[in-house]
Amino acid sequence: MSGTFVGMPAFPEAAREAVANKTLRGNLRHATHTIRAKRAKAVTEVSDWAELREAGKRIKDHTLRHLDRYLVQLEESVTAAGGVVHWAADATEANEIVSQLVKMTGESEVVKVKSMATQEIRLNEALEAEGIRAYETDLAELIVQLGKDRPSHILVPAIHRNRGEIRDIFSREMSEWGRPAPEGLTDTPAELAEAARLHLREKFLRAKVGISGANFMVAETGTLVVVESEGNGRMCLTLPETLISVVGIEKIVPTWRDLEVFLQTLPRSSTAERMNPYTSTWTGTTDGDGPSTFHLVLLDNGRTDTLADEVGRQALRCIRCSACLNVCPVYERAGGHAYGSVYPGPIGAILSPQLRGTGSEIDASLPYASSLCGACYEVCPVAIDIPEVLVHLRERVVQGGEVTREGNKVVLRPAKGHAAERAAMRAARWAFTHPGALRTGQRAASRTRRFHPRTLPGPGKAWSGTRDLPPVPAEPFRDWWQRTRGGKDGAR
Amino acid sequence: MNSRERILGRVRRALADVSRDDTPYEQAVARDYAREHGDRSVPETVDLLAENLADYRAIVHRTDAEGLAGLIAGLLEKRGSASVLVPPGLDEGWLASTGVTRVTDRAESTPQELDRVDSVVTACAVAIAETGTIVLDGSPDQGRRRITLVPDHHVCVVRVPGQVVSSVPQGLERLDPARPLTWISGPSATSDIELDRVEGVHGPRTLEVILVGDA
Ligand code: SF4
Repeated sequence: MSGTFVGMPAFPEAAREAVANKTLRGNLRHATHTIRAKRAKAVTEVSDWAELREAGKRIKDHTLRHLDRYLVQLEESVTAAGGVVHWAADATEANEIVSQLVKMTGESEVVKVKSMATQEIRLNEALEAEGIRAYETDLAELIVQLGKDRPSHILVPAIHRNRGEIRDIFSREMSEWGRPAPEGLTDTPAELAEAARLHLREKFLRAKVGISGANFMVAETGTLVVVESEGNGRMCLTLPETLISVVGIEKIVPTWRDLEVFLQTLPRSSTAERMNPYTSTWTGTTDGDGPSTFHLVLLDNGRTDTLADEVGRQALRCIRCSACLNVCPVYERAGGHAYGSVYPGPIGAILSPQLRGTGSEIDASLPYASSLCGACYEVCPVAIDIPEVLVHLRERVVQGGEVTREGNKVVLRPAKGHAAERAAMRAARWAFTHPGALRTGQRAASRTRRFHPRTLPGPGKAWSGTRDLPPVPAEPFRDWWQRTRGGKDGAR
Repeated sequence: MNSRERILGRVRRALADVSRDDTPYEQAVARDYAREHGDRSVPETVDLLAENLADYRAIVHRTDAEGLAGLIAGLLEKRGSASVLVPPGLDEGWLASTGVTRVTDRAESTPQELDRVDSVVTACAVAIAETGTIVLDGSPDQGRRRITLVPDHHVCVVRVPGQVVSSVPQGLERLDPARPLTWISGPSATSDIELDRVEGVHGPRTLEVILVGDA
């Protein structure tokens, strides 16, 4: 299991800090609103969006329902194409496999394509402990790495940084890692990108080992797919002699043809483009073209546990487009770091507590990091009902019940009086005292009302018996807000 | 028990509640989405390709078979290129009018050598109009994946209308998954700095697409 970030406060505290940070909020608002508006336009260009979304959902559901079969088929086809398949039950095992593979090449540095899976298992740190330096090559990841920072968005991980900060980070840190930033570097995006180009090119050209994730794996053909914009992905996938891809087991699609759905919905949902600048596909190895050795590490790390949850398993449909982040009023305010995981925003709020369990305070509080407004569900290209899963997980945190952890059924005790109370109430209070963060709430009211009760179920009961809880009326949240506060004091 | 067995066992146990369903895959997923969007004539589809390529900042040229060699020579000259990478199966005639030094695409050449080349000229496998995408599949007239990546200037020749399809579904149908594929929609770009789009971080910063009539 990959742990929580050390010392990570639970969502409400982290969010409170983030909300107080004006730069961060400004950057985030600008970013999420820009991408959101563009996305809406990109989607209307496609007349059959609803059908594509439904097909994407069905393909993923079908795959998950027969995941054992497709995993075996994928293994066969990758092997037949000249790749080597490894299986990793958890982060530790995945990191060991990758470290071993790198050591076998005799190299002590690797270039990396941005990958959520390797962030999830904290591969860079594990490699460093083995004396291997991992260079992030996505521009945003470079900014994060040089800034000794953490990513805050799935798609644009350095979105919390503005150009001035980026300039300072480059000028200060680049020389530590390789080619220094040019003298007199200004903060124009073109100059900053050029500095990154020169800095990283030096690494690409000498790299012998590349590490990537993948957006999709095709069971039928053994093909892996990486979708990107900058070309750093192509560099890492084709220049090195050895390529190691670490991919979550849920990333499978059954057939080649299935890509026709996702290659239409992913770019539009994610960068709001008709198509991202570069998509690479490779099937095993090809003589004389690209890496001569290819390893695929199939990662579980909590995914099978998630699969065991009949409501929560739909989170595994996620194609990491980040559309849900950009429409989420809570994310917009709190920023990605508040979620204490590589998966921020609405998807993070349902995925992290399932991958990691709800044992820690941050994971127990994540299902509350939402206003349940339903916007995330509306935009999700694979129709994950995030509010439904949030409500389900809240119930799990408060009431306990049977869950699967590392493959075993365990009975989760209701969160101890205090923990449940704290997690639920702080998050609720945070959300309810920040109405500016809450937008339309049409879906929230009726279906989730029982989870905003006047008395808490289970252990919270005694506590709530003597206190007032934030009430949630049956009417849509926004209407209620308008009516009760009439828009005054609406900013915070 | 090794991890493979452990993971597969966990998957099976996780799905114990799911009723058996042996619907063949072909029937399991309704594909009632469109094969293409809109109703266009062949010339309109080519126009749409040109428009969408340009929208993503590729520079689009149109010519016929006679004009091609001259156009390519002109583009290399205008760019000031001293050397051009040539895939092994590129049509000889395409470079007939230029005197620029040719560098052959060889498996042995190092990335550093490629980095010293100014331009690359290739054909493509298919072009997708609705998304403004050209797809390369490593055929002899397109060369290894890296040759269209390292040099800063890529000239790609698309035969129209023969190599043009409307949509992503139609494009995939024509492609062979066993080959390494590179889909290119505009030059390399990033929006990582305050969402300002900057062309070219790692891949070629200039992409020129020549639509050549093959009628
Ligand atoms: S949950 Fe849906 S909207 Fe959010 S990142 Fe995943 S696929 Fe995209």
